[in-house]
Amino acid sequence: MTTYHLRVNGRDHAVDTDPDTPLLYVLRNDLGLNGAKFGCGLGQCGACTVTLGGESVMSCLVPVSVVGERPVGTVEGLGTAQAPGALQQAFIAEQAAQCGYCIAGMMMRAQSLLEKNPKPSDAEIRKHMMPNLCRCGTHMRILRAVRRAADALPAKGAKA
Amino acid sequence: MTRALENPSRRRLLAAAGSLTMVFTIGPAWSQDETPLNKGKLPGSLEKEPWLDAWIRIDADNRVTVFTGKAELGQGIKTALLQVAAEELQVAPGRITLVTADTARTPNEGYTAGSHSMQDSGTALRHAAAQMRTVLAGLAARRFGIGAPAMTSRDGVFQAPDGRRATYGELLAGQQLHLKVDPSLPVRAPAGHTIAGKALQRVDIPAKVTGGPAYVQDLRLPGMVHGRVVRPPTPGARLLEVDMAAVARLPGVLKVVRDGRFLAVIADGEYRAVKAAAALARVARWDLPPTLPADTRPAPMVRAWPAKSNPILERGVPGSAGRSFTASYTKPFQLHASIGPSCAVAQLVKGQFTVWTHSQGVYPLRDALAELLGVDKAAIRCIHTEGSGCYGHNAADDVAADAVLLARAWPGKPVRVQWMREDEHGWEPFGPAMLTGVRATLDGAGKIVDWQYDVWSPPHNTRPGKAGNLLAATHLDKPFKPDTPTPSPQPEGSGDRNAIPYYVLPNARVVHQFQDTIPLRSSALRSLGAYCNVFSIESFMDELAQAAGVDPLAFRMRNLADPRAVEVVRTAAKKFGWDGYRKTPRRGRGFAFARYKNLAAFCAIALEVEVARETGMVRITRAVAAVDCGEVVNPDGVRNQIEGGIIQSASWTLLERVRFDERQILTRDWAQYPILRFNQVPERIEVDLIDRPGQPFLGTGEASQGPTAAAIANAIADACGLRLRDLPLDRARLRAGR
Repeated sequence: MTTYHLRVNGRDHAVDTDPDTPLLYVLRNDLGLNGAKFGCGLGQCGACTVTLGGESVMSCLVPVSVVGERPVGTVEGLGTAQAPGALQQAFIAEQAAQCGYCIAGMMMRAQSLLEKNPKPSDAEIRKHMMPNLCRCGTHMRILRAVRRAADALPAKGAKA
Repeated sequence: MTRALENPSRRRLLAAAGSLTMVFTIGPAWSQDETPLNKGKLPGSLEKEPWLDAWIRIDADNRVTVFTGKAELGQGIKTALLQVAAEELQVAPGRITLVTADTARTPNEGYTAGSHSMQDSGTALRHAAAQMRTVLAGLAARRFGIGAPAMTSRDGVFQAPDGRRATYGELLAGQQLHLKVDPSLPVRAPAGHTIAGKALQRVDIPAKVTGGPAYVQDLRLPGMVHGRVVRPPTPGARLLEVDMAAVARLPGVLKVVRDGRFLAVIADGEYRAVKAAAALARVARWDLPPTLPADTRPAPMVRAWPAKSNPILERGVPGSAGRSFTASYTKPFQLHASIGPSCAVAQLVKGQFTVWTHSQGVYPLRDALAELLGVDKAAIRCIHTEGSGCYGHNAADDVAADAVLLARAWPGKPVRVQWMREDEHGWEPFGPAMLTGVRATLDGAGKIVDWQYDVWSPPHNTRPGKAGNLLAATHLDKPFKPDTPTPSPQPEGSGDRNAIPYYVLPNARVVHQFQDTIPLRSSALRSLGAYCNVFSIESFMDELAQAAGVDPLAFRMRNLADPRAVEVVRTAAKKFGWDGYRKTPRRGRGFAFARYKNLAAFCAIALEVEVARETGMVRITRAVAAVDCGEVVNPDGVRNQIEGGIIQSASWTLLERVRFDERQILTRDWAQYPILRFNQVPERIEVDLIDRPGQPFLGTGEASQGPTAAAIANAIADACGLRLRDLPLDRARLRAGR
């Protein structure tokens, strides 16, 4: 066991865990964050997507020991059910979920796009979302929700 | 006594809640004697559970609790059922607590499957709520000393013209209505609906987009430990030896479990369990005999399995004169392929098991677990807790079995078990491979005068109820044998679901060739045989239309009689712009129609594809669906189900096939078994709903899969002249041209 200091959703945490533990398990089991989901453990589905230093990464493939000082963002950092953030509001408005298991990963993938490119084209959204899988077939709504969130953002200095 | 009250834990709950099983005798509308109010079959799930207080309870503080035996699978059923109950009770949906499938609390409504929930539970709740409201109105009128029409009511409170008020809870004063539901009492007229049939946002979505605990995977109970199972490498593998002691010494490992070829670890942390299971797999030595078919091409493989011939339609006489055409279609084994691997938490405390499960049927699962553990079923409580979408019988029940076996091995603590990706892909019960053969005769006028159709299919229902239907139970030292599967009878059918065309055919024979013994486990995948049968029939209708030299849509209309069917076909065609369609290079249009199970929702699909023969890539540019599912309760919920069905079916149709060799399943992850990604989903999907207020609810979860498959095949044929009859219509086939 080793102690790691993580900055997650703007808060500092100290976690005692094995160095090879993927960030996903630390977020879920040590920090009690439900957003990132175990889907494949192989970096193939994106259910575990979080942002790491502003980039979207598959947290099932990132050992906690390599996180370092880069800030981690999960869907919990975007807002709450009572006060949802822009992206969350957009997903609710578009009813962009069926089972919803993939959705938190979808949102964090979209978040990393909107942070860099607040006004993406529809084609850019599709391309950016490619790594993430949805089995219920909610794709059209997910694309609409990301579009809606982008449209709601100010053109520069975007914070979703 | 009723079925629900047989359950001792449920009886205890009723007693604890201070409920009275008294009969109200204050007015003719709700007084009861022992004479059944309604002879014959009760509507929906009232047939199984006729007692009002099993469905709705209102406490003295006016809290309303509604119970359903159905489960949220991501299809939005909680929201739709809330709308039904709220409409009839005339309370805001947000004031109702909805309790879903739980063997200690809710009615036994069997499985949440077959697009039945609205018919079963929605219908029962509508009548139960209508009766509750009638009784309450009578009580309020009596209390106010006025006629019921003089009162107003709002959100659970009655008001007299002089301003006196009475809440529902005050009127009942803590008593519950232990009455048999009378379905003859009036329900609210659809024209006056304010909640049902209107847009209502899904109640489960806010938690899902904010990281709230929403799934059984998110359950974190005090003292919880983690289990992982090491499955055999192949279905027929025999365990020769395994060094359990080496694994037991790994950090965090609490116990290594072996029973026959069931191998598992329990650890104090989840990733420690994952690592220990990987280590255990490395030190296990197996014998791997070949038990799977050598020829995995669907047609010869399926035809080789023994079949029991079961005629399901014999109409008219065979042998009419005319031009005859034949074709044969196949479907491979396919996966449910849930994004989240199956998960369950189980805990054994003082002889009582509690199981949190995303099973589609908590009651049948409880019975199977009781047999597996050799305990009374009263010693097990199964609580439905949402999981990742399942789309039928996936590994939800199997992982619950894993969890109870490990809970028994590590008593006292909650044990959470989640499958790994390769186990979900390799060991879930597959949607079976199928083969169909059709022969039709057209007369001189191009009408179908003879029809012969055979469908060969392994089981579509090997759900538990019996321990032998749980994977782990078949791996134990003293294994349980799987139940011998039986086909579900028509009209719903299983492999033969939708094998009888919805068209008017004067002379027709349809035979279900049921195959109960195959070397792989197969079970219910969304829409069962309807997917392959509608693909076959609706592909063949296009082939016949072409032979007759008639527009495929006009050809269908010639043979359709039901006006509701005609309307969905016309609506889809109109919204798509079928008549004004202008063909462009590489693009083509396709159409298909079916009424799911020939008795549920009507669905017609028109779509356009773009085909690149050189790469084999097929892209759906746009899809239009027209749907008639009776009275619509949640329009956006129906749209979401239809859109999702179209995309999921497009994925099955264009990409999906379980591959295996004589020993093992080869498609064990998303690289080996790809599903549709954002680049291949349509540019646009439009869903047009034909609402039928006052008509029975018809579920929509499985209406669009069959028509989508055929519409894609028909559009590919239109685009490039290539008629593909073997699923999936993947890039290899497009390039090879067969």
